[in-house]
Formats: sequence, C-alpha cells, structure tokens
Amino acid sequence: MLEAIILTIITAATPLLLAAVGELVVEKSGVLNLGVEGMMVMGAVAGFAVTVSTGSPLLGIVGGAVAGVIVSLLFAFVTLTLVANQVASGLALTLFGLGLSGLMGESFVGQPGIKLASLDIPGLTTLPFVGKVLFGQDILVYLSFAAVFGVSWFLNRTRAGLILRAVGDNHASAHALGYSVIGVRYLAVMFGGAMAGLGGAYLSVAYTPLWVENMTAGRGWIALALVVFASWMPWRAAIGAYLFGAVTVLQFHAQALGIGFPSQFLAMLPYLATVIVLVAISGNRRATLFNTPSSLGKPFVPDR
Amino acid sequence: MKKLALLAGTALALAVGAVSGASAADKLKACWVYTGPIGDFGYSYQHDQGRLAVEKELGDKVETAYVENVAEGPDAERVFERFAREGCGIVFGTSFGFMDAELKVAKKFPNVKFEHATGYKSAPNMGLYNARFYEGRYILGQIAAKESKKALAGYIVSFPIPEVVMGINAFMLGAQSINPDFKVKIVWVNSWFDPGKEADAAKALFDQGADIIVQHTDSTAAMQVAEERGLKGFGQSSDMIKFAPKAQMTAIVDNWGPHYIKSVKAVLDGTWKANDVWEGIKDGTVHMADYANMSDETKKLAEATQAKIAGGWNPFTGPIADQSGKERYAAGVVAPDADLLGMNWYVKGVDDKLPQ
Repeated sequence: MLEAIILTIITAATPLLLAAVGELVVEKSGVLNLGVEGMMVMGAVAGFAVTVSTGSPLLGIVGGAVAGVIVSLLFAFVTLTLVANQVASGLALTLFGLGLSGLMGESFVGQPGIKLASLDIPGLTTLPFVGKVLFGQDILVYLSFAAVFGVSWFLNRTRAGLILRAVGDNHASAHALGYSVIGVRYLAVMFGGAMAGLGGAYLSVAYTPLWVENMTAGRGWIALALVVFASWMPWRAAIGAYLFGAVTVLQFHAQALGIGFPSQFLAMLPYLATVIVLVAISGNRRATLFNTPSSLGKPFVPDR
Repeated sequence: MKKLALLAGTALALAVGAVSGASAADKLKACWVYTGPIGDFGYSYQHDQGRLAVEKELGDKVETAYVENVAEGPDAERVFERFAREGCGIVFGTSFGFMDAELKVAKKFPNVKFEHATGYKSAPNMGLYNARFYEGRYILGQIAAKESKKALAGYIVSFPIPEVVMGINAFMLGAQSINPDFKVKIVWVNSWFDPGKEADAAKALFDQGADIIVQHTDSTAAMQVAEERGLKGFGQSSDMIKFAPKAQMTAIVDNWGPHYIKSVKAVLDGTWKANDVWEGIKDGTVHMADYANMSDETKKLAEATQAKIAGGWNPFTGPIADQSGKERYAAGVVAPDADLLGMNWYVKGVDDKLPQ
C-alpha cells in the first residue's frame, strides 16, 4: 500500500518538478516567463503527436521538449529582442499555447497513446518495496532528479552559472563586464521551454497516455508558484513539488477511507500545505532576499 | 370550452409559425455554449457531436456556432448575451452551472429561444432538457455487483450537484438489487476535467481494494489505470473501449443529436415551446456502449434490465430509504422527477458524507 502511494506521488510530482526547475533557471537569469502553462501544454500535444505518429514514446518526449523550446523562443523574441512587457507576453504565451495545442491536437482526441516504458533492471526492480520506487521509474523521473542536481550544481559551482546569476541580479553590470545579457537570457528561456515541454510530455506520454485539450489543468501555474515559494533554490522546488503531489494523492486516500473531512477542504490542502511549508523553510528573510534575482522581470536594452 | 382553447392555441401557434417562418427565410442560427473543450472526448465532445448531427441533418437551413471552455459564472453570462445579440435563434447552454447566467440573459432577450441542459430553472423562452443518465447508472450498479470479487467499487466524482448524487444513488440501488451488502468508496476530485487527478483518484481507489471503477468525470484517464492494473470499470460520456479494451465493461454514452435535431427543427417550423424534456434509454439519448469483459450471465442481466428500463420502469421506484434508514419512497412509489433533480441525500448503504 505504502509503495503504491509513493509510486502515485512520484507521477503526480514529476511534471511539476520538471517545469519548475526550468522556470527557476529562467527567473534566475532575470526573465519572468508566465507562459509555463502554455509551454507545458504545447509539450503535451507535441509529445503525444510524435509518440502516436512514430510509435516511440522516447521520440515523443524529445518532441515535447522541442515544442517547448519553439514556443519559448517566440516569448524570448518578443520580450528580449522587441523588449515587450514580460508579464503580458507570458500570459499571452499561455493563452496562445492553450489555443494552438487544441488546434494541433484536434485529430488526436479520442486516440489511445503509448505509455513510456519504465526501467526494468533484472534483480533490482523486483527488490521488495524499494525496487519499484528506486529502479522501476521511467526516464523522465530520473531526469527530473538529474535536473535538480544539475541545475543546483550549475548555478552555484560553475562559472557559466555565476554569469547567469549576474545577468539576473544586475544586468547593467553584467553588460558592462562584457557578457551578452540577451544571449544568456535567450539560452535560459530556451532551457525553461525545454523543461516545461518535458513536463507536458510527461503528462501525455507517461502520466495519462492520452491527449485532451487543456490537459495540463493548471499545473504550469503551480510550477510557477513553486519557484517563488522555493525562493529560487532547486532542492526546495523539489520538496515543494513532492509535497504538493503527496498531499494531492493522500487526500484522495483520506477520502476513500471515509475520513469525514469536507472534500472541498481536502482539495485545498495541497496548496495550503505547500505554501506553509515552503514559507516556513524560507524563514530567513535576508537569505531569501539575497537569493531573489534583482533584475527579475525588468526589461534590458543594451546602451551600446 | 376546452375545444375553444385548443383552437385558440392552434391559431396562436400558426401565427407564431408564420412570423418566424418569414424571418427564417434567411438561415436559422443555432448556438451552443460548452463548459469544457470540445476536445475532451467526454461531456462537451458529445454535445458537439450533437451539434454536428444537426448540421448534417438540416444542412443549409441552419448555421451553427459554439463557444467552448466557458467558465461557469459571470463569464458565461457574457457569452450568452453575445450569442443573443449576434442573432442566434436558439441558444443551448449545456452545463448545469450555466443555469443562472442563462436565465438572466433569457429574460433580457424574450425573442431569443434558450434551452438549458441538466438544470431546473426555466422561463417562457427557456426550456430544459436533460438525459436520464441515472437509468444507465442503475445498470452499471448491477454489473458491478455481479462482477466485483470484493463487493466494492470505487466511484470518482466531480462536484456534489443533484445530477451526481442521483447517479451515485442509482448505482447503489442497482448494486444492492444484486448484493445488499455491496459497498462503494467515493472520491471527489473537485473538477470535471483533470486527467492527472482522475488517474490519481483511480489509483487511490484501486489501492484501497476496489476492483471496479465508476466515474462521473470526463476523461479516459481512470479507464486507462483500470486497464493497466487488469481491473474493470465503466466509461463515461463517450465509448472509451479503445482506451481500455480489456477493462471497459460498458459506458454511458450521451447521445444528444436526436434532441438537438428535434429542437432546431421545431424552431424552424415555429412549433418550439419551452419544454421540459427528460429523455433516457428509451429515446436513445442515453446509450449503453456494447457490454464486454463480463460473464454471459451478467451480460444477460444487464440487457434484461436495459429492456425493462426502456419499457418504462424507473430505477427510483420504492422502497427506497436514505442513509439514516428513513423511508423516502414507499414500496411501488416512483420518485417524482422534481425530487430527482434536487436530490441532496444518499440512499441507504452509501458510506460517505455528502459535501454540502
């Protein structure tokens, strides 16, 4: 039973974590992309379409990431090159993604998909209890963890990460030092798009192998909120995503057990619990402030 | 006297017919408002299939329009008002939650005809239509009780509205007619449409021992989980057999086409009236997908029950007691439609507290 619950929690948390880690890097570079939902849903439709057309879920997730990158480039062009308002452009990207994905996916409605295979290592996956949890997941689950460690390492331990943070904290200084602010931000936005696309593809290829319009159902917004409440730290975003997934799944179990809480309250619980916990662990206000990218959402026009 | 009234009525109908006939020289515009995306392969998808059936049947006599993804609330009012202003002859509001918004707009535009699905408020120019889905759910209950090895079904539901409560009750009445001790576990996902959540809820219910899943939410996710686990379930709104070839035993399919064609034709002929139509298995509005993945005995039983319901028998025929054991309908008494449409109590044997 516990094993089954943990397995369900992993599937519920993975799409949030993938998208959140991507957005975290974007925001660290000083760009606020509110279009995560739109990029995710594009990843979902592209992932499904490629999977069904080629018969390969692996190609499907690559397709999802590519779709995420393509729509994120649109956002990057509008906000970085044309210096449009990031908040408005991000919202527009979400609406655009939801609409376009519906159009693209029209012929895929009502078609069963192919599920991404899970890892199966003889001897290890069959281990009692830990086997399936540790060695029986699909590639995107492992990738989401690799992304958490990778991004954490990249931001804090590499020179490129330092440059990215400098661009996000003070783009004028970074520019004066000779770094290409716009170039760094383009790359960051594309990374965010790829990760959101993967998160979306996870939904349509691994979580529930089907395509229906709007199937992200607000997960992009939750990923966005996780980034802020995690005060831009990858491992906190992971805690947040898993907490959110856990409470979502556990409240279903609580309902099925017939614990007499009102279901509306239980439905609210994942949001409430995640916000409270993440705010509590971000208790040190100075550290949080220090970690906030100071140029977040501010437009940048190179002066020369 | 009666004859005279009838005559007057006919004359009036003729007059109205003449008037609308004159204006119908140009096309009639029929408009639909959907709560979900038409790509949901569920509730809104089936309504849109009905719209397409109208286009096919009436061809160039009608022009159709629709707006999908309309939130239930103030947004809906704007959509209805826009349709009314844009010259729609008849507007269909397809979701319970549109009720108040649609009624408000209907009162403002007395010359436009409105129909509202699954609600209970009407106006001289706003009719009601609904499908007796509970008839199908009674059959599901019987199948579940026959086929479940654990006498336990999991039930995924969206919101505690009468339509949903009525469905749970009909399901339980069906199940209890086979096994009086049959149990159901209920999980509310507080959404009509979130495949991920529906899948999670299905997993939770299976993990807690249910071996059959029933859903009153729209996506195919729960059926896919059933297929994966080698367990059984029932599709909702659409025939989901492609998603769960070994798991779907049957599905309640919403077949709105016949009603929409009838209504739009009536507007064209000038005979439209604000009716209160509630059709079911007999009229074909509620269609049962092919019975599969069950024993022959169960299949025969399901077919027999379906025939009995098509013959006019109502699953909500007493004796029916509520959770407290209080008798609501005495033996042989059929619950009136008004009671069903406002149903806010569970029948005996449901272990759940109804969210109020």
